[in-house]
Amino acid sequence: MPDLLLELFSEEIPARMQRRAAEDLKKLVTDALVERGFVYEGAKAFATPRRLALHVAGLPVKGQDVREERKGPRVGAPEAAVQGFLKGAGLTSLEQAKIESDPKKGEFYVAVIEKPGRTTQDVLAEIVPQIVKTFPWPKSMRWGAASKDPGSLRWVRPLQSIVCTFGPETEDPEVVHFEVDGIASGDVTHGHRFLSPGAFRVKRFDDYAPALERAKVVLDADRRKDIILHDARDLAFAQGLELVEDEGLLEEVAGLVEWPVVLMGSFDEAFLDIPPEVIRTTIRANQKCFVLRDPKTGKLANRFLLTSNLVAKDGGKTIVGGNERVVRARLSDAKFFWETDQRVKLEDRLDKLKSIVFHEKLGTQHERVERIAALARNLAPIVGADPELAERAARLAKADLVTEMVGEFPELQGLMGRYYATLQGENPSVAAAVEEHYKPLGPSDRVPTDPVSVAVALADKIDTLVGFWAIDEKPTGSKDPYALRRAALGVIRLVLENDIRLHFVQQVMKSRAFAAAEANEGVAADLLSFFADRLKVYLRDQGARHDLIDAVFALPGQDDLLMIVRRVEALGRFLDTEDGANLLAGYRRAANILRIEEKKDGRSYSEAPDLEIVNAQGQIEEKALAVVLHGARQEAAVAVENEDFEGAMRALSRLRQPVDAFFDKVTVNAEDSALRENRLKLLNAFREATRAVADFSRIEG
Amino acid sequence: MTSETAHMNPARSFQGLILTLQRYWAEQGCVILQPYDMEMGAGTFHPATTLRALGPKPWRAAYVQPSRRPKDGRYGENPNRLQHYYQFQVILKPNPPDIQQLYVKSLEAIGIDTGVHDIRFVEDDWESPTLGAWGLGWECWCDGMEVSQFTYFQQVAGFECSPVAGELTYGLERLAMYLQGVESIYDLNFNGLEGDRKVTYGDVFLQAEQEYSRHNFEYADTEMLFRHFRDAEAACRKYLADGEPKPGANDSRHLMALPAYDQCIKASHMFNLLDARGVISVTERQSYILRVRELAKACGAAWLKTEGGGVAA
Repeated sequence: MPDLLLELFSEEIPARMQRRAAEDLKKLVTDALVERGFVYEGAKAFATPRRLALHVAGLPVKGQDVREERKGPRVGAPEAAVQGFLKGAGLTSLEQAKIESDPKKGEFYVAVIEKPGRTTQDVLAEIVPQIVKTFPWPKSMRWGAASKDPGSLRWVRPLQSIVCTFGPETEDPEVVHFEVDGIASGDVTHGHRFLSPGAFRVKRFDDYAPALERAKVVLDADRRKDIILHDARDLAFAQGLELVEDEGLLEEVAGLVEWPVVLMGSFDEAFLDIPPEVIRTTIRANQKCFVLRDPKTGKLANRFLLTSNLVAKDGGKTIVGGNERVVRARLSDAKFFWETDQRVKLEDRLDKLKSIVFHEKLGTQHERVERIAALARNLAPIVGADPELAERAARLAKADLVTEMVGEFPELQGLMGRYYATLQGENPSVAAAVEEHYKPLGPSDRVPTDPVSVAVALADKIDTLVGFWAIDEKPTGSKDPYALRRAALGVIRLVLENDIRLHFVQQVMKSRAFAAAEANEGVAADLLSFFADRLKVYLRDQGARHDLIDAVFALPGQDDLLMIVRRVEALGRFLDTEDGANLLAGYRRAANILRIEEKKDGRSYSEAPDLEIVNAQGQIEEKALAVVLHGARQEAAVAVENEDFEGAMRALSRLRQPVDAFFDKVTVNAEDSALRENRLKLLNAFREATRAVADFSRIEG
Repeated sequence: MTSETAHMNPARSFQGLILTLQRYWAEQGCVILQPYDMEMGAGTFHPATTLRALGPKPWRAAYVQPSRRPKDGRYGENPNRLQHYYQFQVILKPNPPDIQQLYVKSLEAIGIDTGVHDIRFVEDDWESPTLGAWGLGWECWCDGMEVSQFTYFQQVAGFECSPVAGELTYGLERLAMYLQGVESIYDLNFNGLEGDRKVTYGDVFLQAEQEYSRHNFEYADTEMLFRHFRDAEAACRKYLADGEPKPGANDSRHLMALPAYDQCIKASHMFNLLDARGVISVTERQSYILRVRELAKACGAAWLKTEGGGVAA
C-alpha cells in the first residue's frame, strides 16, 4: 500500500509550538482523508525547529468507485421533465438512460451515474493546500513580497518549501503537485542549517528520515530528547555529578536544535553563595541550560550543561566559552541583585508598594498588604497562630515584589522574600509564611501547615476573592484571569487539611476588602455559593456525592467548610446503612404525602402536632412515633450542637422503625378531619426532624 | 590582513565592526543612512524604519542609531549596561526570501565562523506599545548570547504592513565585546589601534554615562520635561492638522507627516526621561504610553497619505 510523505519546511518554529503543530498536522490530514473515505494503516507526525513532517502509511491508490441510479420521469413524459432529468443526471440524450418498469408506475427512465473513485493523489492535492492555508498556529504571520496582497498565506514563520510525495514501496513515489501562495510542492528538502545546508531529493518516508539523519537532522523530537538526556547524564556522571532533571527544559531545548550536541561549561565557585534556586532559574530562563548537583551533598555544582546545535570544528571550545561568558554575566547580575537586595530591609520596601497598582478598582499592593495584615491578625487565633507574627508575616509577604531579584525573575516571588526575611533575622515562621502564603498553587501543590503560614495564606486568598467578587470580576466559563477558582480551592484545602474551624461569611464580612469595596451581604452569600460549587468539585474529586453536599448546604447558616465536610461524610456513611436507606425512604414517603395533601388543602401543616389528640384518638403506632420523634429530635439537636454528626444520625435512625410502623398501620387521610390534620402535622414534624442533619429533599438516588 | 587594515578588523575595532556591517548591507542594496538627529529609545523609532515600514513602496536601509534608555544608566559602574548605546539597524521591505541567510552571512562578514559558533533563532515576538507595532521573529543567539533581534513587522502605528518588512537590530556593543573578548563595555577598543593611539569605548563614553546617569535619575528638570511632553504632543497634533490636504484641493497628499512624527519621537523620549526620574506612577504610565501611541498612529495615518507612503505624486 502506498505512503504519503509531507514536509513543511520553514524558518525556525518556536519550540513551545512544535509538538502541538505536529499533532495538528496529523489530525487534520488523516481526518480529511477519512472524511473522504480513505482509510490508512498508520500515521506519525514529527517536528524539528525547521520542519513539520507527516508520514501516512498504507493508503489506497484511489478511492472507491461510486455507482448511483437515479429514477427519472415515466416514458412519454413532457419534454420539460425529460430535459430536467437529463440535465440533473448529466446525460446528453435519453439513449444513455435505461428503461425500467414498475407495475404501478409503468415504464420510466433510470440514469446510471458511475463515479470512478478519485485518485489519492488528486485528493491529497486538494486537501493539503487547504490545511496549510488554515493551519491552527497559536500565532501566525505574513512575510515577503506576497504579503502586499490581502489574504496572503500565514504561517508561524516564513514557509520555505513543501515536500509531498505519494506512492507504493515498490516504485518511485510521485510528487503530489499543488501550490500554496506561490510555493510549489516538490521532493526537495534541506538538511541542518550549518552542518549540511545543501538541498537533496527525497522519495518516501523510509529514505527521508535516514537522509535527514545523514544531513544532521534528528527528525523525532523524542529521540532528540533522549539523546540530550543521556548525553547530559553521561557528561554529569563523568564528573562525579548528577543532572538536575527538568522535563520542561528538556522539551524546550529539544525544540531548539536539529542536531543536539551537549556540552559542559563551568562558572566561578564564588557564585554558589547565591541561593541555588536563583542560579537554576537564571541559567534555565536565560540560557536554557541544565544545572548539576553533587550527589553526595545534594548541593549545586559550579557546572552547567548546554545543548548546542553544532558539531563544532574546535570540539565546542568556542561555544562553551561563549556560553560561560553569558552565564558569568547573568550570575554577576544575580549576585549583584542578591547583595543589593539585602541592604534594604523588607519593611523599608513597603512604601514602594504604594506605586504598584494591584487592580484599578482594588487599590495598590500597599493597600492590599494592609488589608491582608488586618485579616491575618483576625484569623490568627482561629488557626492557632500568634497574631503578632501573622500580622508581621502578612506585612512582609509582598515586599519582595520590589526587590531587584524578583523584578528580574518574577517566578522567584515568595522564595526570595523568605531568604531575605531569614537573613534579616525574622522569626522562622514569619520567614516561612512569606514564601508559603502563595500556597497551595494548585490541586497537587503542598498545603502549608505552620499556623502563621496558614493565617497569611488564608488572608491573602480571602482578600483576593472578596475584592474581585465585590467589583463583580468573577470567573465565567473557561475565563478566570485572576485565578479565583484556584484561590477558592486553596482556601478549601487550607481549611480542611489543617482542620480549621472558620465561619466563612463572618470572616468575609469582617475583612477590610469587604468594607473597602462597600460590599453587601449579597456579595458574601454569592461568594459562599461559589465556594459551595468549588467544594463540590473538590469533594467529587475525592469521591464524595455532590447531592449530599447540596443537602448540607441547603440548611441555613452553613459556612463552616470543615463542619460541612464532616457532615457530608457522616451523611454518606449513614445512608449506606440499612437504617439510613430506610429512613430516607420513610422521609420520601412522608414528604410525598405532605406535598400532595398540602397542595390539595392549600395550606401547610407546619404547626406542631397536638399530643392530646394523639394520645386521645391516635393508634398505638402514631403514639409511638410521637414519643420517639420527641426524643430523637432533642437528641439529634444536642449531638449537632456537639458537632457529633454520627450521633445525630444515630438518633434519627431510631425513627426508622416507628416511621415504618406508622406507614404500615396508620391511615393518614383519616375520616376525622382533626385526626387527619394532626397526622399530617406529625409527618411534618418527622420531615423537620431530618433537617437536623441535612435537607433530605436534595438527596438523589 | 595588512597592518594598514588591521585596525579595521571588526574583531578588534568597534568602528571596524560598524563599517563592516555598513559595507555588507550596502552590498545588499541598502541605503546607508546616518543616525537620526533626535533622541530616541531604539533604532526602530527612526522614520526610516517606522514610517518606511508603512505603505507599498520597497525600501532597504541600514544605519547606526544611538539609542537612549535613561533608565538603563548605571553611572558607568556596570560593565554591561548603558543609558546610551548603539544599535545597528537594517530594514528590508519586502523582506527577501533569503533574509535569514543574509543575516547569517553578515555575521560571517564580521568574523563569526559558523563552523565553531552556535547560531540559533529563538522565539521572541516583538511589540512596541508606544509605536502601536508588533511583529514575530527571534532573538538571534551566538553561543548562548543574544546578539541581534530579528523581526517580521506585521503592524506599525496600528496599520497592517503590506508588504511585510524584515527588521534586524544588532546590539553593537555586546557583539563587539564578544568579538574582542572583553568583559566590560568600557574596555572595547574603539578605533582598533594599539598603544598611545588606542581609544577605548570608556575614553569616549564613560564620562558621558556618569553625567547622564546623574542627569536622568537625579537632576533632569521634571517640570520642564512634563511641559515639553505636552508641547510635543500639541505640536504633533497641530502639524498633523496643518498638513492635512485642504478640502477641495486636487492634491490629496498630507504635507507634514515627517515634522509631526519628530514631535512624536520627542514626546516618547520625554516620557522615558520622566519615567527614569520616577515621577510617573504605574497608572499614569499606561496613559502616557497610550498618548504616544495615539500620536504614532496619527503620524502613520498621515504618512500613508504621502508620496513615501505610496500616494502617487
